[in-house]
Amino acid sequence: MNGGQSTESEKALVADKLCCVRGDRMLFKDLDFRLETGMAGLLTGPNGVGKSSLLRLIAGLLDPFAGTVSAPASKALCDDKLPLDEHLSLENALQFWVKLDQRSDADMLNAMEHAGLDHLAEVPVRYFSTGQRQRVRLARTYLSGAKLWLLDEPANGLDTASVDRLGSVLQAHLKDGGIILAASHIPLPINFDLNLVLEPMVEAT
Amino acid sequence: MIGTLTTLIWRDVRQSYASGGTWLPVVFYLSAATLFPFVVGPDRDLLLQTGGGILWIAALLATLLPVDRLIQPDLDNGIYDQLITRGLTDELIAFARLISHWLSFGPPLLFAAFLASGLIGLEGVPLWTLLASLAIATPALAGLAVMIAAITAGLTGASALGGLLLIPLAIPLLIFGAGSLSDVTGNALLFLGAVSLLLVAITPFAAGAALKAARE
Repeated sequence: MNGGQSTESEKALVADKLCCVRGDRMLFKDLDFRLETGMAGLLTGPNGVGKSSLLRLIAGLLDPFAGTVSAPASKALCDDKLPLDEHLSLENALQFWVKLDQRSDADMLNAMEHAGLDHLAEVPVRYFSTGQRQRVRLARTYLSGAKLWLLDEPANGLDTASVDRLGSVLQAHLKDGGIILAASHIPLPINFDLNLVLEPMVEAT
Repeated sequence: MIGTLTTLIWRDVRQSYASGGTWLPVVFYLSAATLFPFVVGPDRDLLLQTGGGILWIAALLATLLPVDRLIQPDLDNGIYDQLITRGLTDELIAFARLISHWLSFGPPLLFAAFLASGLIGLEGVPLWTLLASLAIATPALAGLAVMIAAITAGLTGASALGGLLLIPLAIPLLIFGAGSLSDVTGNALLFLGAVSLLLVAITPFAAGAALKAARE
């Protein structure tokens, strides 16, 4: 599973000649970039170009076809899935991740507050609206305490106030020495140190 | 590592008992035992002779009931993705699932077998042999369920395919398990133990490989 990952350079996210193949299609190749502590990267490109695949690859969920990626061991992935038990209340459902990530209840309250969910703590997750679900995904990412945040369309379904709040949390994470790589077509209110534009591959045949 | 394992297992077990899914095999098992005397008639000797075997087949079929709920829901909501992102291995996840499934499947099934034996009239040594053989086999049955759940996760018609997959894999268990009922030497139970250990040992690797393949 950790095929292309080396243990050195744990502090930065480094991709070296990274190449990704899904199905029979090559999504991108020879991708090089480097994000140091406190840096944020923005990933853009048309649909289906491989943004989510790149994030999953860095998260260790896919193996690179060629090249290597080295990432900090503590990383959090925020994608379109909601990994919580829907019949439980928000705080009870989050408890599972609190225990797994060895966080405290104070961290959980903090994360819920930053995502604007503190008033929903006792509501079962299945009643949440689209925007609220997105805030739950973000809260779970804040809660993870991970150094590297991989965000797949983090602003999807959020209202403007929530996007602003997301921006300030991201800013604080960078200040604390975190790394962020976000794929987003909605402008995020932070300064990105790296703009990574994925282009559709032209078929060689 | 142990803390993580406990957290994973505890979540599954609590969810399984809370949702009532645990009692489904029990109810199924008791229904099979209730129907059986209607089919073969109330002849006590015949019931005693064949009852143990029927209870074994019922145990095998009860194994299939929870298969669609073992892996698929957590695969769908991305819980396994998140665990892998945290550096856990597929094998560890499958191992935790095996233990948690056995905890919510094994003891209730043994309890149901005890009740069902009463309905059929098993008592004394045959009763204890049946319970011993089922106790030895439940970890393997739980392992088969987890393996099949992982292999068929994401497929349409998964439950029908699961049945087809279970039958050949479960034949050794059935032979030695049902065989132990008429075996006075106790050798069948030893063979059953060996088969059960083997299935339990390969479950984390087979189910782990299937989980990995499901991500591709």
